[in-house]
Amino acid sequence: MPEKFLQIDNISVSYGANRILDGIDLHIAEGEFIALLGSSGCGKTTLLRTIAGFAQPAAGAIRVGSRDVTTLPPDRRGMALVFQSYALWPHMTVAQNIGYGLKLRRRSAADIAGTVAEMERLLGLTGLSARKPAELSGGQRQRVALGRALAINPEILLLDEPMSNLDARIRLQVRHEIRALQQKLGITTVHVTHDREEAMVMADRIVILNAGRIAQEGRPEAVYNRPQTAFVAAFMGAENKLILPGGIDGDIIAIAAGASNAACRVPRGGRMLSTGHLEARFRAEAATLEERSLAGVPNGEGLVLAGDIVDVSYPGGLWRHTVRVGSEMIQVDAPRACAPGTAVHVTIAPDNLFLFDAPAGTIPAALPHPATVLNEARVLEASPN
Amino acid sequence: MLVSFLVVYVALTTLWPLARLFAHALQPGEDGTHLGLMLTTLASRSTLRALSGTLQTSVLSVLISTLLGVALAFAVSLLKLRTRPALTFLILMPLIVPSQTMALAWIELLGAQSPILKPLGLAPPPGATNPLYSTGGIALVMGIEHMPLVFIAVRAALRALPADLVEAARILGIPASRIGRGIVLPIVMPSVLAGSLIAFTAAIGNFGVPALLGIPGRIPVLTTQIYQRLNGFGPAASGQVATLALLLALMAALAIVSRNLVTKRFAVPLPAGAPFVPRRRAPAVEVLLCLVVIALSLVPLAALAMTALLPAVGVPFGADTVSLDQFRGVLDNDAVRRAFANSLLLACVTALLCGLVSIPFAFLCIRRPNPVLKVLDTAIEVPWVVPGTVVALGMILAFLKPLPLIGVSIYGTMTILVIAYLARFLPLVLRPIAAAAQSADPALDEAARVAGAGLARRILSIFFPGVLPAAVAGAIVIVMTALNELTVSSLLWSSGNETIGVMIFALQYEGNSTAAAAVALLSTFLVTALAVIVTATGGWLPKGTLPWGE
Repeated sequence: MPEKFLQIDNISVSYGANRILDGIDLHIAEGEFIALLGSSGCGKTTLLRTIAGFAQPAAGAIRVGSRDVTTLPPDRRGMALVFQSYALWPHMTVAQNIGYGLKLRRRSAADIAGTVAEMERLLGLTGLSARKPAELSGGQRQRVALGRALAINPEILLLDEPMSNLDARIRLQVRHEIRALQQKLGITTVHVTHDREEAMVMADRIVILNAGRIAQEGRPEAVYNRPQTAFVAAFMGAENKLILPGGIDGDIIAIAAGASNAACRVPRGGRMLSTGHLEARFRAEAATLEERSLAGVPNGEGLVLAGDIVDVSYPGGLWRHTVRVGSEMIQVDAPRACAPGTAVHVTIAPDNLFLFDAPAGTIPAALPHPATVLNEARVLEASPN
Repeated sequence: MLVSFLVVYVALTTLWPLARLFAHALQPGEDGTHLGLMLTTLASRSTLRALSGTLQTSVLSVLISTLLGVALAFAVSLLKLRTRPALTFLILMPLIVPSQTMALAWIELLGAQSPILKPLGLAPPPGATNPLYSTGGIALVMGIEHMPLVFIAVRAALRALPADLVEAARILGIPASRIGRGIVLPIVMPSVLAGSLIAFTAAIGNFGVPALLGIPGRIPVLTTQIYQRLNGFGPAASGQVATLALLLALMAALAIVSRNLVTKRFAVPLPAGAPFVPRRRAPAVEVLLCLVVIALSLVPLAALAMTALLPAVGVPFGADTVSLDQFRGVLDNDAVRRAFANSLLLACVTALLCGLVSIPFAFLCIRRPNPVLKVLDTAIEVPWVVPGTVVALGMILAFLKPLPLIGVSIYGTMTILVIAYLARFLPLVLRPIAAAAQSADPALDEAARVAGAGLARRILSIFFPGVLPAAVAGAIVIVMTALNELTVSSLLWSSGNETIGVMIFALQYEGNSTAAAAVALLSTFLVTALAVIVTATGGWLPKGTLPWGE
């Protein structure tokens, strides 16, 4: 791990009686690209604005290298910010927008012209110098905003949802442009977004925020494949949710048989769970679908559910099925369509099955008491087959 | 630092004069009883007569303003009219024409010597009192003058009404009349009420109309009562008139509070949507509309113009009698020339200074709000909302005594007029600037902060260019309003420091109505020319900055 460059230590921010951020700790290495990911209201923009110096933390410290910048004004922090609205000054030309920060730093006119030209070349804005922001397309404005931020040669680049105002098609292209530019310049970057795919594609490390706290941080594939909480699993696309009885049995997680599922055992993999009810989560594309009449119980590993197809649609690529399992509805993708009414087995491989303690209050009353369930499970396990 | 400058500025121009007014009204009576002066003043017959005069004329005039304003707003908004821009300009014209000119014009139109009605045989018989010298007359002229206030409020509400709401009702097959009564009217009603209440505050504070119609007609109202007392008894009457002024301020405050209640409590939040685009043509209605609007806005001015073109009162209007002698006469008059120069100077200085103060003020209020600024922001609104008479009286009470340190009194100089104008007209430029700042992206300022720009620099190079159009529009409105100001000037002017409004009033008072008509016409021409020039060259202003623009 490279040395810590941008250090956020135990930052808390309150707005009136509302605590927006609660004890955020985050260490970012030099040259690293971090994505702050979360739904609206989770505090991600507040965290970015606190780093930039627009919000004062009630507690905690922010350091850049060895400097404590917690109380410094925004322009003394060596950071640049690209705003969601771009905030291009409408009365200035592209060149004036990019060069404004340099002008304030009393750089010579020739120097400014050189840097502006360099930025325009870097961002593909050559020839647009004299235009006003109103005469630019959305993508061009976004690049001017980026150029203005980079022109002052900041140590840290902060991006506040810089692509949310772009058309979907341009957005895909800009993702790669920004990432490539960041790697070329080696600039430490913090990117705020609510778009999961955008964060996955661009960032070295993803930090998921929920209700003012860090829910999980890690490399994109780690967060995607090993969510540590039900919230992260849901946020990363594991929207299918079932409450199942079960518990830990040594290095194994044992799920007891229920009305719609067979008993199964999956490796524990270091997960901490208490015995009782489990919240099982999985992605629609991570499950497989088989007609129930064709074969008996699928003998592959993992959780097998019995259900009926309720609806089928084609979003592109795979067919998406809505399957009724007991009283729950789940979504399952399959390469071939299954007609509504078909009885099916849904199999979720152990790697694709995310298990958490079921929060109190979500356990359906119809399920038997956990103690008896687990006993039955043990009986089932013990019975010879 | 900037905040403390603003505190001192507002304290000097607004808070101190108002505080003096309160202190004077609340002083003990001659026998030393607590609040004695106020109680004796309030109990006197003349106060009660003036109060009832104010209430009668105001309520009646509000009825007229509301009926006219609502009808015209609905017609202009819901019908497809070829003449819409011209119509709107004419409807809003009473706002540009100052009340003393308006009163003069109607006097000339409806008087026994009316150059328009007399040839038609419709004028009152010679020697008869002008029918306008009555409660009804005052109410009629004020009602027409304040009609645009209701029109603007209702028209804005109708424009904000999304077309979807009407279309949704149409798809359900609801008949047009039901749509009007059941959907449009309930949504627009709060604006109608709000507009009426603004018209009411304007009516109780109006001085020009009751001064020109009510003084000869012996119908006292509070504003004219204050003027006559101060003129007759001088500063000795200040305690009594301060009580009358407080009464006016109280009524204005009540009207404003109820207006805020109406807009807060009854206004429904409207969904955004494309505004209603009228498709129905109604040629007959359009002709009728034009006739009514011309009769309200242009015919009286035509009567005024014809009077001004006559050598003397009573001469019949004709090709052989028309002359420009009156205009030549008034332009040769030193006092009149001085009045024009004074008013122009006052208007421009006021507009410039108000603009200069408003820009940092608006910046701080929007980007760096704090409790002190909030208080200031409310305080500066007061001199515009209360009747001008109240402001002028506050100025007299605050600045009559010689100023400390320099030992010179500014009473009787141009300075007191400047200060009074600064206090009264500041909201006219601050409001548009604040509105423009409010709708601007706060990130523009933050981006400049990240770039390293200090406060002064950000105000100058980021904030100022953004609000410049609004500031210019506000300054123009100040110039147009201040040029013809009468209410404040009538109490603060002194020999050598006359304003146009005071000049017209004085000439008419002396009985020289043809000269008064000529001056009134010249000033109206000046303001209208200004409006036309701004409209013609105003292409660079953002849409909607000009108050009369479509």
